[in-house]
Amino acid sequence: MENLETLKHEALAAIEAAEQPAALEEVRVSYLGKKGRITGLLKNLGTLPAEERPAAGALINEVKQQVQARLNEARAVLEQAAIDRKLAEETVDVTLPGRQRAAGGMHPVSKTIERISDFFADLGFDVVEGPEIEDDYHNFEALNIPAHHPARAMHDTFYIDPHTVLRTHTSPVQVRTMEQQKPPIRVVCPGRVYRCDSDLTHTPMFHQVEGLMVDDDISFADLKGLVQSFLTMFFEKELAVRFRPSYFPFTEPSAEVDIACVICEGEGCRVCSHTGWLEVMGCGIVHPEVFRHSGIDSEKYSGLAFGMGVERLAMLRYGVNDLRLFFDNDLRFLEQFK
Amino acid sequence: MKVSESWLREWVNPALSTEELVAQITMAGLEVDAVEPVAEAFDGVVIGEIVAVEAHPDAEKLRVCRVRADGDEQQVVCGAPNARTGLKAPFARVGASLPGGMKIKKAKLRGVESFGMLCGASELGLEDELDGLMELPDDAPTGEDFRVWLALDDSVIDVDLTPNRGDCLSVLGLARELAVLNDMPMKMPAMEAVGAETDTVVPVRIEAEQDCPVYVGRVVEGVDISCTTPVWMQEKLRRSGIRSIDVVVDVTNYVMLELGQPMHAFDKATLQGGIVVRKARDGEKLQLLDGQELVLKADALVIADQSRALALAGIMGGEDAGVSETTRDIVLESAFFAPRELAGRARSYGLHTDSSHRFERGVDWQGQERAIERATSLLLAIAGGKPGPVHKVESKTVPQIQAVTLNEAKLQQVLGIALPKADVTTLLGRLGLTVTETGSGWQCGIPSSRFDLAIEADLVEEVARIYGYDRLPTRTLSVPMGFREHPESRLSVRHARDHLVSAGYHEAITYSFIDPAVHRLFSDLEPVMVQNPIASDMAAMRTSLLPGLVQAMQYNRNRQQARVRLFETGLRFVRQNGELRQQPGIAAVICGNREQELWANDQQPVDFYDIKGDVENLLAVCGQSRLTFAPLRDKALHPGQSAAIMDGDEIVGMVGAIHPQIAKKLSITGPVFAFELSLSRLLSKNVPEFKALSKFPNVRRDLSIVLDTTITADAATQLIKAKAGPLLQHCSVFDVYQGQGIEAGKKSIAIGMVFQHAERSLNDEEIQGLIDGIVDALQTKLGASLRI
Repeated sequence: MENLETLKHEALAAIEAAEQPAALEEVRVSYLGKKGRITGLLKNLGTLPAEERPAAGALINEVKQQVQARLNEARAVLEQAAIDRKLAEETVDVTLPGRQRAAGGMHPVSKTIERISDFFADLGFDVVEGPEIEDDYHNFEALNIPAHHPARAMHDTFYIDPHTVLRTHTSPVQVRTMEQQKPPIRVVCPGRVYRCDSDLTHTPMFHQVEGLMVDDDISFADLKGLVQSFLTMFFEKELAVRFRPSYFPFTEPSAEVDIACVICEGEGCRVCSHTGWLEVMGCGIVHPEVFRHSGIDSEKYSGLAFGMGVERLAMLRYGVNDLRLFFDNDLRFLEQFK
Repeated sequence: MKVSESWLREWVNPALSTEELVAQITMAGLEVDAVEPVAEAFDGVVIGEIVAVEAHPDAEKLRVCRVRADGDEQQVVCGAPNARTGLKAPFARVGASLPGGMKIKKAKLRGVESFGMLCGASELGLEDELDGLMELPDDAPTGEDFRVWLALDDSVIDVDLTPNRGDCLSVLGLARELAVLNDMPMKMPAMEAVGAETDTVVPVRIEAEQDCPVYVGRVVEGVDISCTTPVWMQEKLRRSGIRSIDVVVDVTNYVMLELGQPMHAFDKATLQGGIVVRKARDGEKLQLLDGQELVLKADALVIADQSRALALAGIMGGEDAGVSETTRDIVLESAFFAPRELAGRARSYGLHTDSSHRFERGVDWQGQERAIERATSLLLAIAGGKPGPVHKVESKTVPQIQAVTLNEAKLQQVLGIALPKADVTTLLGRLGLTVTETGSGWQCGIPSSRFDLAIEADLVEEVARIYGYDRLPTRTLSVPMGFREHPESRLSVRHARDHLVSAGYHEAITYSFIDPAVHRLFSDLEPVMVQNPIASDMAAMRTSLLPGLVQAMQYNRNRQQARVRLFETGLRFVRQNGELRQQPGIAAVICGNREQELWANDQQPVDFYDIKGDVENLLAVCGQSRLTFAPLRDKALHPGQSAAIMDGDEIVGMVGAIHPQIAKKLSITGPVFAFELSLSRLLSKNVPEFKALSKFPNVRRDLSIVLDTTITADAATQLIKAKAGPLLQHCSVFDVYQGQGIEAGKKSIAIGMVFQHAERSLNDEEIQGLIDGIVDALQTKLGASLRI
C-alpha cells in the first residue's frame, strides 16, 4: 500500500498548489472523480484477496476522506478570497456626502411660535388666528382704549382708513374669541402685528403670542404661576422671574414680567442695560371693561391675559443680536435654525 | 418725567441708596428708564473771580488774569474771549482733575506762568451756553467749591410713566409715591398764601364749561422781567430737561415740575378786555409761541380776550399775548382742563407739550390755587411786583370726590390671598384715600389727583402694587382633563411647512406691505394701501406672497447665493366686490440649479417641472387628489409656462415661471419659478375611504399617439379616463417626443393604461373593445393619430 501514501501526498500537494477554484476542481476529478486515481484504487479492491479487502478499503477510504476534507477547506479559502477581492473592488469613499436634496429649515420666528403654542396647547389652550387688518373697535375700543386715550400713543398705529388699522397686537383675536365663545376660554393667539416704528430695535412688523384664560376663579396667583412655569419651560432652565406693576388698558392689575438676564445670569451686561433683568412679557387680570364689551359677566367670571414678543424671545433664546435679521431672510441666517 | 434725585429728596428722603430708590419706584410700577449723573467726575474746581486782566506780552489771543479764590490770588493765562475783570467763572486750581482725567498743573504759556485754568461749561462736562468761560452770577460765593455750590453730586432719574399715572408727573407726585412706599411723611415746602397788594383783577368767563371746570387767574403788576432766574432754579429746570427762558416762564415751569400744575402767563398789556374760555371759531387763526400759525378747528379750546384767541388752552400759549422783554404786568393762569375733553387735541395739531401731556392724563383738580400761590411767591421773591387777589372761576362741571367700593371677597379672589382687613385699610389710607371699613369691604374716597382710580379693579391693583407683586402668592393651575377635537380633515400648517423644509425650502418671513410699484409688476389688483406707511416702498398691502419672496430671493442672489429655495405662509389682502378678504396663502420660489453642487449631482438649472413636481408632492402629502392643472394667463407668470391649480372650476393656486419682464425690471438674471396656493384649501382634505382590493390580475396597454403641440397631455388623459370608464385603474404619460420622425407642430406622447376588474379576470376582447373606443375618441375629438 505504499502507493496509497504517495498518492495521498501527491493529492495534498496538488490541492496546496491550486490557486483557482477551477484548478482545485481538476485536482478533485483527477483523484476523486469517477476515473480518479484514488477512486481507481477502490475499484481495484476486488483484485485483492478477500481477507485483505476490508483493511485495504478502510485505508483507501480514510485517505479519500482526508483529501476530500482538504479539498473542501481549500475551496472555502479560495471562495472567501474571491469574495474579499470583489468586496475590495466595490469599496467606496464613505466620507463623500450622500446623494440628497439638502433640507431647508423653518424660520426661527415660526419655530418660536410653535414652541410657545405647544406649551400652552398642552394645558388645553386653543391656538387661534385672526385678521391682521382690524377695525378700530376690536383693536382698541373693545380693549378699553377709547379714541384719544393717551394709551393709543403707546401704539404707533398704521391706518388703512380712519376706522381700520393694521392690528397693533393680537389681542383683538381674544376679543373675537370672547364674542363667539362662552367661558371657560383658553386661547393663545400668535401672529403678525404692526407698529409704525423702525429703528435698530424696532421693525414695523413683528410677531406676538398673546393668551387669554377665562374661568370662574382665575386669580393673579394663577397668572404668576402660569407665566413663571412657561418661562422656565421656554428657556429650559430655572430662572428668576419678577412681576413689576405696569399699565395696560385691558388688564388690571397689570404686570411687566422680567427674567434674570439669560446672557449674564443677572450680573449686568449690555443686553440687559446693566440691570440684570430682561423684560420679556406683559400680563394681567382681564379688565372688567373688556369683559363688558365682549358680553362676559365680570361678576361671575375672571380672566388672565398675557402677551409676548416672539422676536424678543427668539433673540434671547438663540442669541441673535440684531432684530432686523429676522426679516432680511438671508440664507446664511436662516440656515442656522435647521 | 425727569427729576433730580436731590430735588426729590428735599421732599422725602428715605434711607436708601440711589440704586435702591430707583429699584423701589421701578417695582412700584414707575419704571425708571435711566439714571444719569448730573455732572461728570471732577474736583478741585472752585468759584473764581477775575480781579484783573492784562494782555499777554507775546500772544495776541491770550490774556493774563489775576483770579481770586479762597482769599488767595493766582496768575492764570486764559484764551477765552469773555475773560474780563469782575467775571466769576469756575476755576480749576493746580491739582484739580477735570472730566476725562485731565490734571491741572502749573504751566508756562508763551513764557508766562499760569497757576490753574478758568473753565468753560463743556470743560466740566456741562452744556455750553456760550463760547468761552462759563459765566456765573455776581453773587456766586468766590472760593466755594463749584460742585458743592451747584450741588452737582446728584443724579437725574428719568421715570417712564405709564399713561394712567399722570399724578406722578411732578416732584410732588413722585414724592407722594415714595412716601407711601416707605411709609413715611412727605416734607412739603412751606407754601403760604400771598396776600393781595392791589385790587387788580382781570375778569374771567368760562363759556366752554365741559372743557374747563376751573380757571384761576391772578394779576401781578410791576414784574422785573429783566432779572435773571436764580441758579438753583435754573439748575432744577435743567435737570428736568427744561431750558431757562425768562423769569416768568421759568417760574411757571418750575411750579409745573414741582406741583404738576401747568401754568401760563399773559402779558396784561396785550389783553383787550377780560379772559374768555371758549371753543374756537372754525377757521380762527392763532400764532403760537413757537412761531407756527394754526388754523383752528371748532372743537379747539382757546383762552381768548374780547377780540381774539390768545392761547390754545392747556397746550400752548400764543405769540401775541406772551410775556416778552417789555412785559411789566402779567396775568397768571392756573386752570383745570378736563382730560377727557382735551384728549387728542394737541395731537390733532401735531403738538405735544409738557402742558398737554399733563392735562390729557389729568392734573389734580384741587391744585389750581396752591399752584398760583406758589408761583406768586416765587415770582415776588425773584422779580418783585405787586400781586392782585386770586380770582377763581368754577363752572358747573367741577369734579366731585369719587367714592369707590372695594369688596373684600373680590380682593381675595383676584389676588388669591386673604389680606388682613386692617392692613388694607391702612394701605389705602397711606395712598391718600379716605377709607371707611364696611361689612363687606371698604368704601373709599378718591383723592383729586388720582384719575386712574375709578372702579374696584383700580383699587385691587393699588393694594397689589403697594403690597408688592413679588409678595403675592403663586398658584399652579390645574386643568380638568378632557379630549380636544383633532379633526382629521383639517391639517395643521406644520404639515405643509415640514414637507417643504424636507424638500429643501427655507422658510422666509417678508413684510406684509410692499412697494406699490413692485405690486403693479405682479398684479392689476388695486391693493389696500397703508395711509401712513413707514416708507413709500412699504405702502401696499400684498395681494400675493410672490413679490416679497422674489425680492427675498434677489436679496440672497445679491449675496452670492445662486441656488435659492424659499417659501412663506401668511395673509394676502384682496378687495373683492368692495369687501376686504384676508386669505391665508402658501407660496414658494426657486432659482438656480435643481440640485445643490455635489460630486454626485448633475448641474442642471431648474425648470417648470421642478416647481410643478414640488407642488404635486405638496398636494399629495396634504391629501389633495382632486386638484388639477390647466394653462393659465397671469400677469406675474410666463404665459407659456404657467398653470392654474384648479379645484373643479375654481382657481385655488398657480404655478409657473415668473414673467421674464418682471425679472428684468427687478434685475434678476436667469429664470425663477414659483407657486402660490390657498392655504386653507391645501389644509382641508377628505378623510380616506377604503376601496376593496381586486384579487384578479391587471392588464396593461400602451398607446403611442401623435397630437398637435397645442393639445395638452391632460386633455388626452382626461379623454381616455372618460372613455375607459371604471375599469381603468391608472393612466399616465410615460414618454413625450418631438423631433425627427415627427412632423413639425406635432408631438408624440406615449400613455400607459392599467385595467382591472374587481371580481373577475379581463379578457382580450373587452380590453381591445375599450382601446378601440379610446383610439376612436382620441382621433375624432383631439385629431390624434396612432403611431405604430
